[in-house]
Amino acid sequence: MASIWEYANPRKFMATSAFLLPWTAGIAGVCLVVGLVWGFFFTPDDFRQGSTVKIIYVHVPSAIMAINAWLMMLITSLIWVIRRHHVSALAAKAAAPVGMVFTLIALVTGAIWGQPMWGTWWEWDPRLTSFLILFLFYLGYMALWEAIDNPDSAADLTSVLCLVGSVFAIISRYALVFWNQGLHQGATLSLDREQNIADVFWYPLVITLAGFGFLFVALVLYRTQTEIRARRLKALIAQERMA
Amino acid sequence: MIGLLRRDLTLAIRAGGGFGLSLAFFLIFTTLVPFGVGPETGILSEIAPGVLWLGALLACLLSLDRIFQLDWEDGTLDLMATSPVPLEGLAAMKALAHWITTGLPLVAAAPVLGLLLNLPGPAYPWLVASLALGTPALSAIGTFGAALTVGIKRGGLLLSLLVLPLYVPTLIFGALCVSRATTGQDPLTPLLLVAGITAGSLALLPFAAAAALRVNLR
Repeated sequence: MASIWEYANPRKFMATSAFLLPWTAGIAGVCLVVGLVWGFFFTPDDFRQGSTVKIIYVHVPSAIMAINAWLMMLITSLIWVIRRHHVSALAAKAAAPVGMVFTLIALVTGAIWGQPMWGTWWEWDPRLTSFLILFLFYLGYMALWEAIDNPDSAADLTSVLCLVGSVFAIISRYALVFWNQGLHQGATLSLDREQNIADVFWYPLVITLAGFGFLFVALVLYRTQTEIRARRLKALIAQERMA
Repeated sequence: MIGLLRRDLTLAIRAGGGFGLSLAFFLIFTTLVPFGVGPETGILSEIAPGVLWLGALLACLLSLDRIFQLDWEDGTLDLMATSPVPLEGLAAMKALAHWITTGLPLVAAAPVLGLLLNLPGPAYPWLVASLALGTPALSAIGTFGAALTVGIKRGGLLLSLLVLPLYVPTLIFGALCVSRATTGQDPLTPLLLVAGITAGSLALLPFAAAAALRVNLR
């Protein structure tokens, strides 16, 4: 019986990810093109928001993936702490910049949407502020990876930071709700509602959501491969020096 | 463990440069604020809770890299790690020593600085209470950050980048408690939440700090 821990073996991971990468990247490309073109050009304007409603096809998926990326880093960090699989630590390292960029996209598209709709680029709303703080967490996490030379120590320390940071990120989220009433509308998507938004907007949104998800997987696989290759190269150079 | 605490306190007092500096920083920070926003007492008393909390937070932050750095450089930390005292206890004592040398003076000085900023009368007890309950959390979180960055040369800026996002909830509830007291709303709820964050940090973060120290001492 194949277990998921087989992929802790870098060779096995490389083989599987080399097979998966073109597929995920391809599906991501198709979904993004179809979803965005459909969303931008073949959906009607909203009667209150006009054409600005269409930024939802970038804003919502990137915001969702920004949080999921941190969640993935949390899980891979836990796997590293508990079972010490190097691929897991490298995947966490690889996911951080991707998640940071998604966070940035969510913030920027939100600002672009907020300017005509709320009349302001920025508002100290709990959701906006917690994304800004999430962005800072990503920055700190990446800076810590960069600052430490020994890769194992770096993996250990960033994992501990990720675990502690997750707890504080959640506390901050609720502290912010307590701190200021929001301008941001409620969740666009939730599972316990029959219909979240009108079907014309819903179908392209689902497609872009899938597109961003696959894009994240593809980027993380690709970046993890790069990290593994960089690690192998370092080992080879060290061997050469020893010989 | 008591010996560790006494040693840290003695070092902080006799070696100089640590004990009064954060207090002086708090004073000068508060003095600079009116230069930045203007001397109108109305505005000052409105922003005083936030400014005082922010000043205390930054004063705490500035002294963090000293928690482990010197002991790390001269090898004392290695000796402490091999001593029978568990590293978790060491981290907790370091946090406590940091709080006594920086947090406690800040709490004592805050009402005087509140006068400078024209803080309204009913807010003073809440200012002292929220700082007294909140600054231990700042010390505990800071000790964790210092343990993470102890092996890094010139890690001061990185330490701020790591620690400041972690300070967010404490700052929010602490400042909210004082500003609610100035406007006559109920300040007790945020105060209790500050106390909760402090209790949680004190209970859990020494373990995280000890884990980070073990990695750095490897």
